[in-house]
Amino acid sequence: MSAAAGATFEGEALRWAPDGDVLVVTLHREPGNALGLTALAELEALVAHVGAGAGGARALLFTSTARAGFCEGAALKELYTDLVARRAAGEAAGDTLAAVRSFIDRIHAVFDALDQAPMTTVAALHGVVFGGGFELALTCDVLIADKGARFAFPELRLGLIPGFGGVPRLRRDVGNAVVRDLLLSGRSLSATRAHELGLVSQVVARGEALPAALALAKQAARFAPHTVAAAKRFTKPLPEGLDAEKALFCELFGSPVVLEALARFAADTSALPYLPSERVPS
Amino acid sequence: MSTSDATTDRILALACERFDRPPGSLSAEDDLFQSLGIDSMQALDLMTRLEETFDVEIPDYELQGVSTFADLAALVRRRQ
Repeated sequence: MSAAAGATFEGEALRWAPDGDVLVVTLHREPGNALGLTALAELEALVAHVGAGAGGARALLFTSTARAGFCEGAALKELYTDLVARRAAGEAAGDTLAAVRSFIDRIHAVFDALDQAPMTTVAALHGVVFGGGFELALTCDVLIADKGARFAFPELRLGLIPGFGGVPRLRRDVGNAVVRDLLLSGRSLSATRAHELGLVSQVVARGEALPAALALAKQAARFAPHTVAAAKRFTKPLPEGLDAEKALFCELFGSPVVLEALARFAADTSALPYLPSERVPS
Repeated sequence: MSTSDATTDRILALACERFDRPPGSLSAEDDLFQSLGIDSMQALDLMTRLEETFDVEIPDYELQGVSTFADLAALVRRRQ
């Protein structure tokens, strides 16, 4: 981290600064804000800042400056490189799994804290909102997307399920049939369709998600903080199934299929790399 | 046999405009991905714009079976 976590912060993966009563958190790691250990550590610093009062901010807004979109998801190439290095160093499979479990526990702690932050949280979304990026967006209270945004859970191509709390959070907001469609097909949804399904609250023209989200966040910041916190507790409890998801993710991660799938993904240069064009081995 | 029709023509015009090709420089039997040389981001963008233009939903996995603009037009028609 290049700065102490305070009223403003400038990190490798994200930065934050107040805009009036709104704390604006910007993901800025090109090309697609992949969520790896660096982003996780900086999100933990953000959670600590919010827990300490967020410098007096009364609403929080997530946005991204990446051309590709809000966030492409977990840093899969970083994960693959790390796994190969661990295996090459002779690490036992059980130790690798323990490291994965630790990462997942930390991500869940951060996402749960953001989900339950005692202030209104808004996501300004554009472009790719995939995998872990979709899961981060789902921690927010209000999702505002521009017309170019697309949402997907492509994890099954890796022999995994989403591991950052995405399925329980999506199920909290939309029907389980939609959850199964997205999860089991790996397809992406447009912002317009996501709006029709109730996942996204507002759809705006391309490039207009941030001003629309900021306007909403500033309005939300005018309400009394204790009322906002009570309204959130009433309307947005943590969903059931988060611990079960962690357990299933770690169980699946132990399969050799995952390493093979990560290798294929790392080498894939096709136009739709998030969808397998051939059968994934059993 | 010509595969030109209104849907194909609109897709070709949209592709030319979106990917900075001279009008009329693409044809129905051109290979979609090869002639445009598009990456995954651009493929997603094209899909979104097709969905907006034709008011359809196109699942990504159906795009995998598409090679020409005529194939893409057929896919759009099946979804209308």
